[in-house]
Amino acid sequence: MRNLISFINKYSFFFLFLLFEVFAFYLLFRNNNFQRVSFFNSTNAISGSFYESYSELTDYINLKEVNDALAAENERLRSTQINSFQRLFGENIMVKDTLFKRRFRFAKAKIINNSINKQNNYITLNIGSSNGIESGMGVIGPSGVVGVVKNVSENYASVLSVLHRSAKVSAKLKNTQYFGSLQWDGKNYKEGILKDIPNHVHLTEGDTVVTSGFSATFPEGISIATIQKFVKPEGENFYDIKVKFVNDFKNISQVYVVKNSYKLEQVLLEEQSLKEDD
Amino acid sequence: MIRSFITYPLQFILLVLVQVLVLNNIQFSGFINPYLYILFILWLPIETPSWLVMVLACFLGLSVDLFTDTMGMHASASIFLAFCRPGILRFLAPRDGYETNQIPNLQMMGIVWFISYVSIATILHHLFLFFIEVFRFSEFLSTFGRAMASSVFTLLLIFITQLFFYNQEARK
Repeated sequence: MRNLISFINKYSFFFLFLLFEVFAFYLLFRNNNFQRVSFFNSTNAISGSFYESYSELTDYINLKEVNDALAAENERLRSTQINSFQRLFGENIMVKDTLFKRRFRFAKAKIINNSINKQNNYITLNIGSSNGIESGMGVIGPSGVVGVVKNVSENYASVLSVLHRSAKVSAKLKNTQYFGSLQWDGKNYKEGILKDIPNHVHLTEGDTVVTSGFSATFPEGISIATIQKFVKPEGENFYDIKVKFVNDFKNISQVYVVKNSYKLEQVLLEEQSLKEDD
Repeated sequence: MIRSFITYPLQFILLVLVQVLVLNNIQFSGFINPYLYILFILWLPIETPSWLVMVLACFLGLSVDLFTDTMGMHASASIFLAFCRPGILRFLAPRDGYETNQIPNLQMMGIVWFISYVSIATILHHLFLFFIEVFRFSEFLSTFGRAMASSVFTLLLIFITQLFFYNQEARK
């Protein structure tokens, strides 16, 4: 017993170090374990409101770029509006349209915290459950996909960015409709990897990659990236494709959260089929 | 003595704020990120008890973590640095030991001592931090490179900060 005490006494500093490290790693693992709704989190009230006032200050710096992006978006939307089409026939006909039913709704949100330099990046939005935001909803920027909502508090939402090592977006090639999954390799915030495209498909650099619409998170055809470089590895059936994101993640501030009215229905149906398999 | 009860908390708050509000947004080419906040641990007086350094390092790391959403990551790296600090100080000790009330900064310890002290500490801290962040050894070289590149920037900033205070002290 005396030996034990003297041993502990001799290496007390090392044991103190171990004790502290165990505490730090406990925090680390608990947060990596996708249990991010924890006491310390930037969606919590203190740092959330802190970041909001900070981003109010810094927003002015990016104002010009944001305005340009919004104006470009307005231009695109205006050109699809009814009054920009010319009527071909003179008669006034009223058509009660029952062919279309609204599937997606968009909620405007502002980014109040963002990072690109980590391996697992998260974005904080200034809207939360009080605005009808739920976990699992897609987030798109002015030009393309940004991420998926992960956790929601009353007034803030934490978004798993596309720049996250475990983020996967179901994507397809716009011109040939072949689908694969888009991931990030943690190196450059401008580039991602497109996987599972079979190597008999004809590709060209600059091809657009869009969302497939399979997962019910995003509408079909939202652009994500363009193909930058591709190689056919020998002895494999799939391409190695490097893509360039259309969004500049370093410089986005206005995003839209996508609400899919039929998501629950689709998910339940798919789960049921999977269950019957077992 | 009483002065240090004011200056050290002030240093703590300033360094965390600079780290969170300015340096975390720099992100040169997407992966280089300087971590100046460790200067707080490095600047503590040499005779500070090592357990106190460790407690302070834990709080420092947690405060940075709170703002970067990486609970425990900076804390574990800072604790590791606090653990290494006595060893580095012993390794660099002058032949007849340290004097009382010495602070490990540029003006008190001289440029050669300060450069070696800061470089060893920064590189150890950054290597630990970056490997904790990726949490795998499979991309060893890429992680190692990122840690080194960031270390260079952190060291640069530490010298700038140190020189900034050097002038003020000299004028007094």
